[in-house]
Amino acid sequence: MKSAVLVFPGSNRDRDMIRALEDISGQKPALVWHQETTIPDVDLIVLPGGFSYGDYLRSGAIAARSPVMKDLQRHATRGTKILGVCNGFQILTEAGLLPGALMRNAGLNFVCKTVQLEASNADTLFSRQYEQGEVFACPVAHHDGNYFADARTLNTLESDNRIVFRYANGTNPNGSLNDIAGIMNESGTVMGMMPHPENLIEELHGGVSGRGVFTSLLEAA
Amino acid sequence: MKARVVVTLKNGVLDPQGNAIEGSLEALSFQGIRSVRQGKVFDVELDTDSADEARKTLTAICEKLLANTVIEDFEIKL
Repeated sequence: MKSAVLVFPGSNRDRDMIRALEDISGQKPALVWHQETTIPDVDLIVLPGGFSYGDYLRSGAIAARSPVMKDLQRHATRGTKILGVCNGFQILTEAGLLPGALMRNAGLNFVCKTVQLEASNADTLFSRQYEQGEVFACPVAHHDGNYFADARTLNTLESDNRIVFRYANGTNPNGSLNDIAGIMNESGTVMGMMPHPENLIEELHGGVSGRGVFTSLLEAA
Repeated sequence: MKARVVVTLKNGVLDPQGNAIEGSLEALSFQGIRSVRQGKVFDVELDTDSADEARKTLTAICEKLLANTVIEDFEIKL
């Protein structure tokens, strides 16, 4: 599986992501700086976590308007798989590639801890290695992870089975509507999630339950 | 021409920061505060002297960048 990681000023989980992709796919991802205008032809493009542009204006807002995004839109239209984690999820919503918005955590605190996730839809390119309804541990680290969308959008996400991951067992850390932790676009090729699966891929991390996201993508490549 | 753009959360969108400010006002013993909503203010200087043109430009700026219209409304004051 060929992959690329987009890097913005203020990205800080890019190295974790590169390591996860290299470890699981056996190939080094291409790194694409936000000022570049072409993303190489790959199977998967990842927008990593961090604080692009210092979260100025709104989380992900400035990054979503950077030069590289035009080509990301082109890739999205072509059906290239796109994964946004944490700040990457925020950027994808700001860019309009995913619906809704990620607002300040309801408790106002930055949360950095391990939560429980439920594979709410295990029949997607990003989650097929999990069992339907499987609950697994995953770390989160964010200040703006409170998913919001209007009632109509939420209904569509629910009825179209586009909520891939939910916070389970009362571990919703941020007030997200419907316990949403990760959603996908209509065609199922673009997914954004606040938790960090790339931080739970080897025993040294304390578990490997995040690997499923990447092995699912590997199988789909 | 100088303009001021005010961006606020739409009605019905939870504003945890506004709520925290409300709580703080209560702690300071201010009476009679019904609610507080937090927003953003942008002061923009434009080349044009035409109000119509300024409004048109600022509307585009708000829709494209200054406001996230999923959760925010904007108001332009010239």
